Amino acid sequence: MSSLLEVKHLKKYYATQKAVDDISCSIPDGSIFGLLGPNGAGKTTLLRMITGIFYPDSGQILFDGRPFRPEEDLVHIGYMPEERGLYKKMKIGEQAMYLARLKGLSKAEATERINYWFDRLDMNSWAGKKMEDLSKGMGQKLQFVMTILHNPKLIILDEPFSGLDPVNANLIKDEIYELASKGSTIIFSTHRMEQVEEICDQIILVNRGKKILDGTVAQVKQDFKEHLFHLETAATLTTYSHPSFEVVQKNPKSLVLRIQPGFQSNHVLEYFISTGQIVVCFQEILPTLNDIFIKLVEGTPLSRQFQTTVPQ
Amino acid sequence: MNKTGLVIQREYLTRVKKKSFLVFTILIPTIIIGFYVGLFAVSMSGNSTREHIAVIDKAGLFDGKDKQVKEFTFHLVPTNQEALIAKQYEHQGYDGYLLIPVNAVDTPSGMHFQRISEAGSGAQNDLNEILAGLISHKRMEAAHIDAQLIRQLTPEVSINATIGTEARQSVSEVARWAGFAAGFLIYFILLIYGTMVMRGVTEEKTTRIAEVIVSSVKPFQLMMGKILGIGAVGLTQFLIWGILLYALQLLLPLAWPALGHSLQNAGPQGAEGYFGMLMHEVAPLNFTFILLCFLFYFLGGYLLFASLFAAVGSSVSDDAQEAQQMVMPITLIIVFSLVLMVKASADPNSSLAVFGSIFPLTSPIVMMGRIPYGIPTIPLWQIATSMILLIGAFFGTTWVSGKIYRTGILLYGKKVTLKEMLRWASKRN
Repeated sequence: MSSLLEVKHLKKYYATQKAVDDISCSIPDGSIFGLLGPNGAGKTTLLRMITGIFYPDSGQILFDGRPFRPEEDLVHIGYMPEERGLYKKMKIGEQAMYLARLKGLSKAEATERINYWFDRLDMNSWAGKKMEDLSKGMGQKLQFVMTILHNPKLIILDEPFSGLDPVNANLIKDEIYELASKGSTIIFSTHRMEQVEEICDQIILVNRGKKILDGTVAQVKQDFKEHLFHLETAATLTTYSHPSFEVVQKNPKSLVLRIQPGFQSNHVLEYFISTGQIVVCFQEILPTLNDIFIKLVEGTPLSRQFQTTVPQ
Repeated sequence: MNKTGLVIQREYLTRVKKKSFLVFTILIPTIIIGFYVGLFAVSMSGNSTREHIAVIDKAGLFDGKDKQVKEFTFHLVPTNQEALIAKQYEHQGYDGYLLIPVNAVDTPSGMHFQRISEAGSGAQNDLNEILAGLISHKRMEAAHIDAQLIRQLTPEVSINATIGTEARQSVSEVARWAGFAAGFLIYFILLIYGTMVMRGVTEEKTTRIAEVIVSSVKPFQLMMGKILGIGAVGLTQFLIWGILLYALQLLLPLAWPALGHSLQNAGPQGAEGYFGMLMHEVAPLNFTFILLCFLFYFLGGYLLFASLFAAVGSSVSDDAQEAQQMVMPITLIIVFSLVLMVKASADPNSSLAVFGSIFPLTSPIVMMGRIPYGIPTIPLWQIATSMILLIGAFFGTTWVSGKIYRTGILLYGKKVTLKEMLRWASKRN
C-alpha cells in the first residue's frame, strides 16, 4: 500500500525542549493511524508540523509521494485540534461556510456539503444558532463536521471523543469508519487506548519526542505478548503439572498459564486432554495496548523535564 | 476568492451586520449633534429676556430719553416720584430700580441699583458697561472732546497675511482648529480600531479557533485579513458619518424651521448667515488636500498600529488585566502623539512639531495637526519624508508583528514576557 504521508527524521526543538526529536513514520493510504503518547510527548507539535502550522527544524514531510507544500496540500487536510474552538458569536451555518471556503470550496460546493452533513448528523436546526447556544458535546460534533466538510484526503483528529456521550461517540466512530472505507486516511491522536485498539489499524507510540513503537495493532500485541493462556475446564481442576507451562493464576475451574520456551499451545492442550479433563475454553491472553503503553512509558519521568537544547 | 479576502470579508461582515455597529455609527453622532444644536438654540434664546428698569436720572445721563440697550429697557421716571418708585417699582411692573444722583458723573459709586431678584453675572456686567459708557460720554462732553470724532479716528486693524507666492489669505486661526480636530480624530481612530483588532485577535486565541484556521490559512494572512477587515469597517463608518453630516446640514432648516428663525432673530447672522460665515472662514483651507492627507494618515497610522495591537493581542492570555499592561507602551505612544499634536497645531513649525510629524510612530496624529496650514508653511519635503517613513514603518512593524503573532496565537496558558516577544520577532522561519 502506498503512503499518503511520510515523515522522515522530523525534528523540532524549542528553547527548552526537544519537542519532536527525529521521528520517522509512514502512514498508508486509507488507513486509520493511531498516534499515541503521554501528555507532552510531542504529539501536538508533530501534528502541527504535518498541518503546516509549524515548520520543522529539520527532516522532511512527504505528502502523496512528494514534498509537502502547505499552500496547496492544506486543502486536502482536515485538522481537528485538541483545543477546539469556534467563534462564539457567529452563527453556526455561517461559520461552517467560512471554514469550508477557507479550505477552497466554492460557495455552491460548501452549501451542498454543509447541507449533506447537517442532514446526516441531524444538525439542521443548529444552523441559525450561535456557538454559545450549544452544549460542549454539540460543539464537539460540530467541530468534527467542520473538519471533514471539504472531504479531505487526510483527516487528523486530536482526541475526537473527549466530551462526547457514548451515543454520539459511536456516531462519530461510525463516521470515521465510513470515511476510511471511502478512502480517507485518518490520523487519530489520543491517550485513550481502548479506542485505539478498537479503531486503529496501525499505531506509533511517541514519548519524550521520540518514537518508541511502530506497527499494526495486531503486530504490536504479538510483539508484546507474554505467552499467557486462559484455560477453562468443565470439572474442578485438582492436580496438573507439565513442563510445557507454568501456572500464573489458579481458580477452581480455570487457570492462567504461561507457556514455557520450547513449547507451544498445542502441547498444553494435549496434556489436559490426556488427563481426561474437558476443556471448555482455551484462549491466548494478548496484552492490551494500555498495558503496553504503561509498560513502555513507565519509568520515564511523568512530566517532561525542561532541558537546554542546542539550536540547529 | 483568495483566503485573505475571505478573512477580510468575515471580519467586515460580522462587525457591520451587528446591531451595535448601527447604533454606534448612526445613533451616537445624531445624539451628539442634536445635543449641540439644542444647546446652541437654548443659549441663543436665553438672551432675549428683557429687563425693564425704572430710572431716576438726576444727572441727565439718559438725556431725558428712554433707552433700550442690550437686554435692558430703561424707563425714565420723573425725579419727584423717587420715594414712590423706590417702594413700588415692583408693583408697576419693573424688574429693577436705578437711582442716578446728581454728581454721578464725578462719583459713579453714588449710583444705587435695586432689583427684585439676583441677576446673572452677565446682566450685571452689561449694566455696568452701559453706565460706564454713558458716564464717559458725559465726561468727554465736559472736557470738550467729540466722542463721535474719536470713534471716527480710531482705525480698525485686521491684517490678513498673504502666504507664499500664492495670493491666499492666512488661515492660521481656522487651520489651528481644523488641525486640532483632524489630529484628535486620528487619535480616536487609532485607539478605537486598534483595540478592536487586539480584542479580535485575543478572542481568536482564547476560543482556540486560531488553531483551526491556521491549518487552512497562514497566520500572516489571518492577521492581515483581520487588520484590513476592521480597517474597512472604519472606512465604512466614516463614509456613513460623512453622508449623515451632509444630510443633516441640508435637512436641519427644513425639519426644524423654528430653529432657523430663532437663530435669525438672535443676531445679525441667522442660520444661513451663520453657516455662510463659517463657510467664508474655512474657505481658504484646501479641503481636498486635507482630506487626502487625512485618508493617508488614517490608513497609514491604522495599519502601523493595528499590527502592533495584533501582536499584543496574540501574546496575552484570557486575562484582561494582562492585556491592559501589555498594551500600555503602545497606548502611551499614541497619547504622547496627541500631546505633540496640540503643540503642532498651534505652532506648526516648532522643531518638536517637525520631529513629531516625521517620526513614523507619532506622525499620523502630529502631521494631521499641521496639514491644514497648507504646503508652503509645511514644506513639501517634510510631508513626503513623513509619508515614506510611515509606509516603511508599516512594513517593518507588520513584519515583526507577524512573527510575534505567529508564535503567540498558538501559545496557551503562559504569560509572555517582552523578552520572549522580542525573541519570537527575531527568530528565523
